[in-house]
Amino acid sequence: MIDGRQSVWMERKEHMNSRLPVYLNRYALLLAWIAIIIIFGALEPELFLRPRNFLTIFSERSILLILTLGMLPGLAAGEYDLSTASTMGLSFVILGWLNIIHGWPVAPAILVALAAALVVGIVNAVVIVILKVPSIVATLGMATLLAGAALGINNLIVSGISESLVNVARTKLFGLQLVFFYALALTLILWYVFAYTPLGRYIYFVGAGRDVARLTGIRVDAIRAGTLIAGSVIAGLAGVLLAGRNGSVDPNFAPGLLLPAFAGAFLGSTTVTPGRFNAWGTFIAVYFLVTGINGLQLMKITGWVEQVFFGAALIIGVVFSHLAGRRRIAGV
Amino acid sequence: MPDSLPPILEAKGFAKTFGGRTVLREADMTIGPGEIRGLVGQNGSGKSTFIKILSGYHNPDPGAVLKIRGQPVNLPVPLDEPARLGISFVHQDLGLFEAGTVLENLLVGRYETRPGWRIPWRSEKQRTRQMLEPFGLNMDPATPLTQLSEVERAILAIARAMSGLDTEDGLLVLDEPTSRLPRNEVDTFFDAVRDVAARGTGVLFVSHRSEEVLALTDTITVLRDGRIVADHPTASFTEQTLVKAILGFSLQHLYPESHHTTQDVAMTVTDLSGPSVEGFSATVHRGEIIGLTGLLGMGHDMVPHLIFGSVPATGGRIELGDAVHSAHEISPRQAMDAGLALLPSNRLRQGGVAGATAGENITLPILPGFRVKGFLRRRREYGSAERLMDRFKVEPVDAGLPLGTFSGGNQQKSLIAKWFATQPRLLLLDEPTHGVDVGSKREIFKHLRDSAESGTGIVIASVEAEDLAQICDRVLIFRDGRVVSELAGSRLTAGRIRQQTLIGMPALKTAVQRSG
Repeated sequence: MIDGRQSVWMERKEHMNSRLPVYLNRYALLLAWIAIIIIFGALEPELFLRPRNFLTIFSERSILLILTLGMLPGLAAGEYDLSTASTMGLSFVILGWLNIIHGWPVAPAILVALAAALVVGIVNAVVIVILKVPSIVATLGMATLLAGAALGINNLIVSGISESLVNVARTKLFGLQLVFFYALALTLILWYVFAYTPLGRYIYFVGAGRDVARLTGIRVDAIRAGTLIAGSVIAGLAGVLLAGRNGSVDPNFAPGLLLPAFAGAFLGSTTVTPGRFNAWGTFIAVYFLVTGINGLQLMKITGWVEQVFFGAALIIGVVFSHLAGRRRIAGV
Repeated sequence: MPDSLPPILEAKGFAKTFGGRTVLREADMTIGPGEIRGLVGQNGSGKSTFIKILSGYHNPDPGAVLKIRGQPVNLPVPLDEPARLGISFVHQDLGLFEAGTVLENLLVGRYETRPGWRIPWRSEKQRTRQMLEPFGLNMDPATPLTQLSEVERAILAIARAMSGLDTEDGLLVLDEPTSRLPRNEVDTFFDAVRDVAARGTGVLFVSHRSEEVLALTDTITVLRDGRIVADHPTASFTEQTLVKAILGFSLQHLYPESHHTTQDVAMTVTDLSGPSVEGFSATVHRGEIIGLTGLLGMGHDMVPHLIFGSVPATGGRIELGDAVHSAHEISPRQAMDAGLALLPSNRLRQGGVAGATAGENITLPILPGFRVKGFLRRRREYGSAERLMDRFKVEPVDAGLPLGTFSGGNQQKSLIAKWFATQPRLLLLDEPTHGVDVGSKREIFKHLRDSAESGTGIVIASVEAEDLAQICDRVLIFRDGRVVSELAGSRLTAGRIRQQTLIGMPALKTAVQRSG
């Protein structure tokens, strides 16, 4: 009897002790984000802690969050889409070309820009799901193709996007531009899908055990195609919002967001629900990354540091996400 | 063996605690030169932990001592180095790579190289022949692995393990190597193991199958709940006493009592054809348990997949109630909608996802049922999963743990629970007791019987003749994709099943010594 009681008591104690590290592990990135805010705040209080600076972080860089969130369903389903940033660039350039150079009204220009993204998503889905080409190769080709195509359509920086679209993106609410709230809304939607719908669970099983999913009656190919197409359309939407945010179009800008987006997605998968791609983790990771870059820039460390920072973040993100996945299985 | 030789393996006080849970306590083991020792126990008894300490995967708790040929070894065993110490492993999956040839499988990582890192293929072929010869494998080293039978593969894995040892007085650890072998080839495999032991190597043989351990070994160590409960010469055990030592109680009823089948038809299959199956027809009644068996590759294990649509059929019809389906059109989704369920044999590739929680795995087919006002209710979902886990005696009953952290038997019970939750009218199972301990096996059989009793039709594809003879109402025996005989009633015995599966087969030795 004593033996039994003692072991129950010990288990309880262990349970309580084991909780703190679990939470620390789950929210380590959030703590890291707070830590760098404190560090940059101490080093560069005047520039970094200005409200205007936080406005920049939460508004300007929200486009990156939208692009990254768009990749999540595909990544969770086990498909790497390396063409999302270029898809965003394509929509961005098409919108500027039609709206500014050809003087189209903004609404039809937006529709064409989004339709282009939809077509890219469908082509990706056909090549990957029906023709069974590995996604990483198929979308690598697509990324280069689209980057070139965007330059072919218009290789100049043009400004003068219609006022109405600019307002949709830049109007302020609680001191932040609307793009932040779109990104927040998308975060909420993806959180809901992954945590509270069967669809989200199916997407996860398609990525984690394709045969298991198929033998449990899940429409694996439809889910793979759907996540790829959704990712492209969201990327197109990010391109449209970027045009509104900036009021101008730079054909060379978007492809450079591919790496930060991957870094955000993988780093995000190490937190909140470690080992799985998740919306809030991505939210934290993207703002962690852009806060870091912002702080470094304000300290006049610019240029090379951005690539080093994002590259390192991607590697660290992948390593920790991999370890978290393994630890779950090992049960340690 | 003379007494003066030190034992090959001397393990003392092996213990392992994971986060306060002791899974192995004070385990000692000695293996002498030429000795074949069996290590048996249920899943979760500490068997794997013991092996993983030897392979360097686990660091034992302080106090453990390991000596190889009398020489103390620092613990933990350095990973990647057990072979240098004289310990070599053959694991359940054999660790061969499908795309390679015999030579590549045997020598990869150990090629001789000449200047310029050139591999002298001709002499390497000669070396391969020499390494295979003592095992009676007289095949061309360039034979692709895909052309080898299961037993040839298993023996190749031993040859490779032995060639990794510099010395003949090393230790060969065989971790469930027979789980994929057809029964009639097990003896050939055992001959190879005995040959190895005859040359002075110590052998540690881990298996779930008590009859195999009794047939092969000289001594047996039994683990139960992390403790060694028996360590005796094999001759002092009978099957009953061994099973009793493994379980801790005697097993009068491994198989539940017989039951009544009905005349209601659950499914009629007509002329079903597909990869390695030709023109299979059968009627399954509600409450009936039908066994499908044969040697490996004879097609019996393909039938459940063809019916379920997980492997596309080329022809045939499947009638379920009033609905008639063309077999080549049926998909797993349609099959599920029609009330079918399939438990595949490959647990962590096709059955469940190791990194997902037990709860997520179990509720996957019935997930939309836990949606209330647009939101999945996790508490409701896990509550339902845990009730199922409790019913199927899954240990521990915690739906939040990843499936991969459960032992093999508990994983299998969880995955059977997953399909029971869909309340199928017809349950298809492929090797439901592979790699499952005796206790779990009994639990699985009990639920299959109960389920049949309540009107489910059950089809089991398996090579386990004893199990089929006990649990099935009828057993269909396959050869070359066709049913060649049917056993039922008093004619349904394990012996007859074995006999029928073997009739018409070429003699075993010639199969093994097929030269390339």
